[in-house]
Amino acid sequence: MSNSKMKKLTPTQQEYQKLALAKEPKRPLLINCWHAFVAGGTICLIGQVVQTAFIKWGGFEQKDAGNPTVAVMVILSTILTVLGVYDKLAQWAGAGSAVPVTGFANTMSSAALEHKSEGMVLGVGGKMFKVAGPVIVFGTVAAFIIGILHWVFNPSMGGMV
Amino acid sequence: MDFFWAFVIGGLICVFGQICFDVFKLSPAHTATLLVVLGAIVGGLGLYEPFIEFAGAGASIPITSFGNSLVKGALGELKIHGLVGVVTGIFEITSAGISSAIIFSFFAALIFKPKG
Amino acid sequence: MLQGHQTWVFQNQPTISGTATVVGPFEGQGPLSNDFDIIHGDLSVGQKSWEKAERTLLEEANKLAIENAGLTKEQINFYLGGDLMDEIISSSFAARTLAVPFLGIFGACSTAMEGLSLASLIIDTNSANYVLASACSHNASAEKQFRYPTEYGAQKPPTAQFTVTGAGSAVVTKGGKGPKVLSATIGRVIDMGLKDPFNMGAAMAPAAVDTIQAHFRDLKLEPSYYDLIVTGDLAKVGYELALELFKKHHFPIAETQYNDCGMMIYDYETQDVQAGGSGCGCSAVVTYGHLFKKLRRGDYKRILVVATGALLSPLSFQQGESIPCIAHAVAIEGGKE
Repeated sequence: MSNSKMKKLTPTQQEYQKLALAKEPKRPLLINCWHAFVAGGTICLIGQVVQTAFIKWGGFEQKDAGNPTVAVMVILSTILTVLGVYDKLAQWAGAGSAVPVTGFANTMSSAALEHKSEGMVLGVGGKMFKVAGPVIVFGTVAAFIIGILHWVFNPSMGGMV
Repeated sequence: MDFFWAFVIGGLICVFGQICFDVFKLSPAHTATLLVVLGAIVGGLGLYEPFIEFAGAGASIPITSFGNSLVKGALGELKIHGLVGVVTGIFEITSAGISSAIIFSFFAALIFKPKG
Repeated sequence: MLQGHQTWVFQNQPTISGTATVVGPFEGQGPLSNDFDIIHGDLSVGQKSWEKAERTLLEEANKLAIENAGLTKEQINFYLGGDLMDEIISSSFAARTLAVPFLGIFGACSTAMEGLSLASLIIDTNSANYVLASACSHNASAEKQFRYPTEYGAQKPPTAQFTVTGAGSAVVTKGGKGPKVLSATIGRVIDMGLKDPFNMGAAMAPAAVDTIQAHFRDLKLEPSYYDLIVTGDLAKVGYELALELFKKHHFPIAETQYNDCGMMIYDYETQDVQAGGSGCGCSAVVTYGHLFKKLRRGDYKRILVVATGALLSPLSFQQGESIPCIAHAVAIEGGKE
């Protein structure tokens, strides 16, 4: 395999990298995907139950129930993080625990907990977004770009016209 | 049926995430970022809301939904206030997730210690 | 005395008169648990932070090693210490407690043997009477600094390694009772362009092989000279690659036993450690705990300990750099009681 990255390496390095790749224990993709499916599905199922509960008994409309549901999932995730259980779950679940919003809450609560030793302001406050930051930054930038595109291609949306 | 699709669709989005981990060797941060951006794009195409109607929590719980909420906010304000709304409206709808994560993480850190 | 290009042969019998190993709960559940001096049941060692916990382990190991050597800390001329923390704060702060003239060193996970080499050189050249060398690591402080917050749910790949929570200290003296340090080979930095911080074994194997070959080349010896050659923390993945490299270079490793501390310290069946153990503490506690017990019992007469280190930082990785590695080898003999 020849590409620009490999070309910067010496023949010895290239040879060793091929060897290292060949000897690398393969990740159990099918098992991991199955675990991710089950774990992720279960978390979303729990979310569905919570959302239904908010609609039936909380008096929320279908379109509003999403917000308190997310808040509840965040609380659940924070509790599991604090109990030291979320990371154990994640080794089994993989993306099944990282992809749902519970994963997002876990990044924040785990970072907050970890950096408590550096104080509430600089530690907890300053480092809470350590792992979650990219999601917020790129989500915001993506939303901005898409908004601009909508404005450019859809002038009836307001502004210029 | 709501529950069935919530489980299946949520599970499938996570499988896509797992493929990002194991096949494309992306880190969790990169994967989550990719998913948020994909969610934003699908939302921008007007397809995420119907997706939520179909799959319920299976579409609204994964992090992709966050991207959709950000776009929904931007587009909502764009309609009312024009171009400036693209910037001001982004966090209109999504505050539940971020606010609750900040608040509960803060209080968790106040009270608890990491266990390793 | 220099022999060959990068090896010191010690003529004046620098002796390891006292050692101590202090480990955390997970290591205490492993197959070598009977070989450690102190096992803590609490990962935080009763301290407010992981960093303070690591420092406490090191301070305990230092104190006990000095006691085991039959000395007081006032008698120690120099203290060589290193760890994985930024600015090696575990060692610096332990040095503050000891109040001994301090030389901070950094070799990542190769620090234990780097320290022992230098301590032996200092003793051998009559530049001190008593030198203390130590290395430590802590699973949680290493995860926090190099990877993710400890409660973060990131799935670890099978190539990942588990940082050992442990501190190992040794007092080197001129003569006396204990295993003797025969020679030490200082390694070069080897970088095969590998970039995956979750597969350090693969990155470090070439450095281990390079130093081992240099050792035998400089001393004009064969592997059968030693009862055991043991690497620090190549773990399963790096170990296999080292064997392949030995084969490729026609190095007769099969003449002797070859093992790896990262593979010895945990039980793969019952402990979820992926490829195996790593960290400065790994080679330190396995060597000073388990291997020294074997030396004292006469199970081994002469061993070569090759501690291996990956010299990356979270920043270098984020900036797209590859992982340069190093290995230091120390030959130890005798000590049978």
